[in-house]
Amino acid sequence: MKKSGAEILMESLKAQGVDTIFGYPGGAALPIYDALYDTDINHYLTRHEQGAAHAADGYARASGKPGVCLATSGPGATNLVTGIANAYMDSIPMVAFTGQVATSLLGKDSFQEADITGITLPVTKHNYMVKDVNDLSKIVKEAFHIATTGRPGPVLVDIPKDVSSTVAAYEDPGPVLLPGYSPAFKPDPKQVSRAARAIVEAERPVIYAGGGVVSSGAHEELKELAETLLMPVATTLMGLGGFPGDHPLSVGMLGMHGSKYANYAISDCDLLVAVGVRFDDRVTGKLESFAPNAQVIHIDIDQAEIGKNVRVDFPVAGDVRLCLREIMKQLEPKVESAWNGTINKWKKEYPLGYVDNGRIKPQQVIQEICTATKGQARIATEVGQHQMWAAQYYTFNRPRSFISSGGLGTMGFGFPAAIGVQVACPEETVFDIAGDGSFQMNIQELATVVNYKLPVKVAILNNGYLGMVRQWQELFYNRRYSYTEMSNPEFSKVAEAYGAVGIKITTPSEVRPAIEHALSVDEPVVMDFITDPEENVLPMVPPGEAINKMLG
Amino acid sequence: MRHTLAVLVENNPGVLARVAGLFSRRGFNIDSLAVGRTDNPTVSRMTIVVEGDARVLEQVNKQLHKLVDVIKISDITADEFVDRELVLIKVSVDPSLRGEVMQIADVFRARIVDLGKKTLTLECTGNNGKVDAFEESLQPYGIKELVRTGKIAMQRGSRYTGFTERSQKMNGNQED
Repeated sequence: MKKSGAEILMESLKAQGVDTIFGYPGGAALPIYDALYDTDINHYLTRHEQGAAHAADGYARASGKPGVCLATSGPGATNLVTGIANAYMDSIPMVAFTGQVATSLLGKDSFQEADITGITLPVTKHNYMVKDVNDLSKIVKEAFHIATTGRPGPVLVDIPKDVSSTVAAYEDPGPVLLPGYSPAFKPDPKQVSRAARAIVEAERPVIYAGGGVVSSGAHEELKELAETLLMPVATTLMGLGGFPGDHPLSVGMLGMHGSKYANYAISDCDLLVAVGVRFDDRVTGKLESFAPNAQVIHIDIDQAEIGKNVRVDFPVAGDVRLCLREIMKQLEPKVESAWNGTINKWKKEYPLGYVDNGRIKPQQVIQEICTATKGQARIATEVGQHQMWAAQYYTFNRPRSFISSGGLGTMGFGFPAAIGVQVACPEETVFDIAGDGSFQMNIQELATVVNYKLPVKVAILNNGYLGMVRQWQELFYNRRYSYTEMSNPEFSKVAEAYGAVGIKITTPSEVRPAIEHALSVDEPVVMDFITDPEENVLPMVPPGEAINKMLG
Repeated sequence: MRHTLAVLVENNPGVLARVAGLFSRRGFNIDSLAVGRTDNPTVSRMTIVVEGDARVLEQVNKQLHKLVDVIKISDITADEFVDRELVLIKVSVDPSLRGEVMQIADVFRARIVDLGKKTLTLECTGNNGKVDAFEESLQPYGIKELVRTGKIAMQRGSRYTGFTERSQKMNGNQED
């Protein structure tokens, strides 16, 4: 049957099970939007293409399904770039479609032309420009295959306007044939045996678990491994929720703003079991002093991560879930050891904490949100101090409940991401924990949540500063607060102007009632918490230091 | 240490940019890169000479493998291989010195491909060492222009870096 390129695209999307798209129309995308108009795909119109990319990313993080975003050529496409880079750094499955000028106009600096495949080359897992309509269905199928298999990541498909308009026969493209791409594999039995033996022989093992646990769905396997061997588990920011935060074996987050006991455990262990992680500098601090006495097992689906930053004694390459299952087969339960006693002693001695002083403490707000939602909400965050407090003070007990920009550290991510999360999980409570700086980077999406009646709850921890930068200026730049003080609008009134509920909270006693009220209404709510302006995120590993040398 | 990689890639638009971008982005040092199609028109072969220790080479290998367009990588450094490079050199030569230059060409089995009033253009193939030596010996006459292709290489004997429909990346345990 003959169809236009745009109609073939719609068929191809349906074949992939796509029912939700976040996007923004424009000239070169007109044929695509025209075809979209006749389908039952739910399209969410964000108010900026960056919002569409982050919403698709948040949708993918919450659901595990690939997120799909759509924009026009030129500025539409370049506005997606931050969102694509963000998904790339955190290995999120996403397929971005962009309109492009007609093939006859390519390379001529035409109106709204941008070389988006060139621009996104270093921030996509792969990308395509479709130059022949007959390749379109095959390319769409490949794009979803690449985005979702192996180590997930974003794939961009650029479609010139004449390609989306040209009529061609639509055929099922058949199986994907990519000779250079062979993802998701089972671990080598020899690697598994060596790793298992190392675990059996270790006296002071620690699990260091990251986003790979969440993306491979290995949280049950991880729990079983930890419980069988009674190994303490430290998670990265991306790994939060991959292991229950309230589990007795959990030592919380490690790294720059990790708990002291997590960092002490890593520094003292004799075996580091690294699962679905990439030894990021925000985790390791000074590399030479990271787990200095330990042998290292590194389990990851991406071979290139193994040995990239640290020397690995026992590599296990493969899908984390399959690897953990195979390793478990060779392990026997262990009894509690002196090591468990040491960890528990540290947990008692060095708890997270803050000092009350009559003002609203940001940590208190997070704790109150955690209590009010019984730890069951999906929490998106922006980037900065509030993000670290959310990671420290909300207890994440299930995977895909903490939605945060880890690798790229994108301010403005949280609110549009929360839109994607709410779309993916319509029955659940979704928060965006924000700072006053970050929230203003995609504040226009208030129109989107009101438009689609998405009851996202925004909690702004408003300290009138770019708080994390100010903290570094305070600690390492002699309190010279260069351009980090912000004069802000009345966020509650901005929210009301958009048609959302706005609440301003200025005293500690109002915190809980405000949260309760926000939860009681089935509408988007913006809570503006005026917090202690110079509160710092502690503990903190100073940059370039060993992770057991913490401030606070 | 210098390593010679034979890399088979899908002959797609942008594949050279993907490979070159990867090297520059991750700070790997390319000594030379030569590319052309193989007997299979959908497959191109790159010969990449890269400088680095074992750890760098491991990363180069693994990162290249991640590119969807890369089909197969062989580090042939440790194997017996034939390597060749072609150089074109234009020297300015006074007619009285032509004989001297032609004698040098003879020694290197180079060919004269163009003769101008005041210039002589020579073509020479060989391994890097020979091409370097040829260049050096023409230096005193005044090199006006020089172009080298970069090295191409092939294993000796029955070992080969070929592409078949079933060939996989050499990630060892990916076969199962």
